[in-house]
Amino acid sequence: MTRILNASGCLDALAAPEVADGLDVFVTKTVTPLPRTGNDPIRIAESDVGMLNSIGLANPGIERFVAEYLPELAERIPSLWVSVGGFSAEDFALCCAALDGYACVDAIELNVSCPNVTAPADEASAIVAAARGVTSKPLYAKLSPALPDIASVAQAAEQAGARGLSLTNTLRGLILDPATLEPILATATGGLSGPALRPVALAAVYACAQATSLPIVGMGGVETGEHALALIAAGASDVALGTVLFGDPAAPHRIRTELEEAAQRRGVASAAGVFRMALGDELSASEVSSKPGIRGDLLPELTKVAVGS
Amino acid sequence: MHRHDDRRRPTRLRGMNAQLAHLRVRGNEAIGPYSLLHVERGQLDPGVPGQFFMLRTEPLLLPRPMSLCMARAGELGFLIDPTGKGTEALARLDPGDRITVFGPLGHGFPLDATDPVIVGGGIGIAPLPYLSESLRGAPALLGFRSDAHAVAGALLPNAEIVIDPVRVTEPLAEHLVSRPEATPLACGPEPMLAAVGRLASHAWLAHEAPMACGYGACFGCAVRIDGELKRLCVEGPTVLAGRLYVPDHDSSPLPSAVGVPA
Ligand SMILES: Cc1cc2nc3c(=O)[nH]c(=O)nc-3n(C[C@H](O)[C@H](O)[C@H](O)COP(=O)(O)OP(=O)(O)OC[C@H]3O[C@@H](n4cnc5c(N)ncnc54)[C@H](O)[C@@H]3O)c2cc1C
Ligand SMILES: Cc1cc2nc3c(=O)[nH]c(=O)nc-3n(C[C@H](O)[C@H](O)[C@H](O)COP(=O)(O)O)c2cc1C
Ligand code: FES
Repeated sequence: MTRILNASGCLDALAAPEVADGLDVFVTKTVTPLPRTGNDPIRIAESDVGMLNSIGLANPGIERFVAEYLPELAERIPSLWVSVGGFSAEDFALCCAALDGYACVDAIELNVSCPNVTAPADEASAIVAAARGVTSKPLYAKLSPALPDIASVAQAAEQAGARGLSLTNTLRGLILDPATLEPILATATGGLSGPALRPVALAAVYACAQATSLPIVGMGGVETGEHALALIAAGASDVALGTVLFGDPAAPHRIRTELEEAAQRRGVASAAGVFRMALGDELSASEVSSKPGIRGDLLPELTKVAVGS
Repeated sequence: MHRHDDRRRPTRLRGMNAQLAHLRVRGNEAIGPYSLLHVERGQLDPGVPGQFFMLRTEPLLLPRPMSLCMARAGELGFLIDPTGKGTEALARLDPGDRITVFGPLGHGFPLDATDPVIVGGGIGIAPLPYLSESLRGAPALLGFRSDAHAVAGALLPNAEIVIDPVRVTEPLAEHLVSRPEATPLACGPEPMLAAVGRLASHAWLAHEAPMACGYGACFGCAVRIDGELKRLCVEGPTVLAGRLYVPDHDSSPLPSAVGVPA
C-alpha cells in the first residue's frame, strides 16, 4: 500500500499530533550534530508558484533531540523516521550512531541535498557509507533536484548501502519585494517548494526509478490525490506532503481519499496499481496486469493519463 | 497509524480547539481604509482575544494569519488592512464566497491581567474590539496615522484616540503614572510595541511575523523570545514584553515587506 509521509521540516508532530495522526510515517525535521538556531527572519516568502524558505535547519542538535524529543515521539508516533544532516560524512555518522540504539526509529533519512559540491556522487556515496558503517537501520538518501545527473547520484547512494530514496528537496529561488525590489528573505535566496517543484520532482523520480531499484518516497508540490498518483506512476512507492500541510492541515486524510479515488477513476483498484506506469517498462505492465481488479484494456490509456496528470 | 475516517474529521491541535473549516463569507464592510470581513462561524470556537485564525482563499498558496476582531453570534469578524496580495484578496471577498479558516491558534491575551489597559496602533486595533468586549470595557488608548484610519476607532466606543504626530504611548505613560499597577495589553506596529515594552515590561504584546502555517509546522515565524529564536505561533502571538525582543526602527519608515501596520 502507498504510504503517506510528511516531508521533513514541514510538520512538528509534537505541536500538532492530530495532523501527524493522518500520516503513515512521521519524518522529523533534519537534526544536525550541534544545535542550530536557524537563520534570522524573514524566513519565508510566497510567490504565485511556490514558497521560499530559509529556516536554516533550526534544530536542537542530536544530543538534545535524543534526550528530550525522541522519548515523546516514541510514545506518540507508531512509525518514525529521523532526518539527519550535516556538513561532512562524519556529521551524518555521528547522528546515525546516536540514533542506532533506539527501536522507535524505523529509518533514517540522510539529507544529502547540497547540490553545490564538486563531486556529488562521491559525496553522497561517502555520506551513505559513513552512515551505513554505524547503523543497520534503513537509510533513505534525500537528494536535491538541482543535481546535474541525479540518477548517477542515486546509483552511488544505492551502491553505498542506501535502502531507499527521498525525492526531492527544494530548489534555490529568489523573491523580491515588489515595492523595494529587494529580497524578502534575510538570506536573500531560499529553498523553493510547492507547485513549481511538481514537474521537477516528477522528473527526478522518473530518472531514479529507471536508474536504481530502490523504493522512492516522492515529494514536491503534491496538493491533490492526482499529484500523488502521478508520482507513483513515475516510480514512487510512497508519497510525502510538504508545503500543502501549511495551508491544509487536513491534507493527509484528504489526499489519501483523493488518491484512491484517482486510481479508481482509472479502473485501478488502488493507487499502487499505477506504480511505474509512466516508465512503460515490462515490470510495470506484467506486475500491474496480473493484479486483480485491473482492466487490461485500460492499460495503455492509463499510462497516458498517469504521465499527463 | 491514520484512522480510516472521512476527510471532514476535525483537525485539532494539542491543547487547543483549532479546527479547519470551509466557510462562507457574509460580507466585507469598509471601516476607513480597512475592511471588516464577516465570515459564518460554522462549528469554530472563537477562542480567546489575541488568538488568531489562518485564512485562505484563491489564489493564495499560503493562508494569512488574522486576529479575531469580533465574535458576534454565528459569525467571525476579521479586520483587514489590504496592503499586499493576500490581504487584498481577503478584503475583496464577496458575500457567498468560500474561505478556508483554521483556528483558533496561538495564545491570547491574559484576561485576568491586573487593571488592564488596552493599547492599539493602526491595524493593531484588529484583536481589540473582541478583547474590550471580554474585559467589559477596560480603558483603551488607540493611535492612528490619519483621521481616515481613525475611523476604525469607532470599533472601541470607549477608546481615547490620538492621531499622528501624537503617539499612543503618550497617554499610556500618563495612565501608568496614575495607575502604576496597570497592565497594558497592546497590539500595533513594532515601534509602538517596543515603546510600550519600555514603559512596562509586564505589558503583553501581540506581535507579528510572516507565518506559513500558524500551527508550529514550518518554523517560519521565528522571533526573539527569551533571547532565542522561537516560533511566534507556538509561544505567542501575545508575549510578555520582558520576554520579547522587538526590533525598533522607530524613526525610519517601515519596510513594506514586513507588512507592519502603522
Ligand atoms: C498573529 C497575527 C495576527 C494578525 N492579524 C492581522 C489582522 O487582524 N489584520 C491584518 O490586517 N493583519 C494582521 N496580521 C498581519 C497579516 O497577516 C499580514 O499583513 C499579511 O499576512 C500580509 O500578507 P499580504 O499577502 O497581504 O502581504 P505580503 O507582504 O505580500 O505577504 C507576502 C508573504 O509574507 C507573509 N507576511 C509578510 N509580512 C507578514 C506579517 N507581518 N505577518 C504575517 N505574515 C506576513 C505573508 O504571509 C506572505 O506569505 C497578523 C499577523 C499575525 C502574525
Ligand atoms: C519550511 C520548510 C522547511 C523544510 N525543512 C527541511 C528539512 O529540515 N530537511 C529536509 O530534508 N527538507 C526540508 N524541507 C524540504 C521538504 O522536506 C520537501 O523536500 C520540499 O519542501 C518539497 O516538497 P513540497 O513541495 O511538498 O513542500 C523543508 C521545506 C519547507 C517548505
Ligand atoms: S507559522 Fe509555521 S511555525 Fe509558526
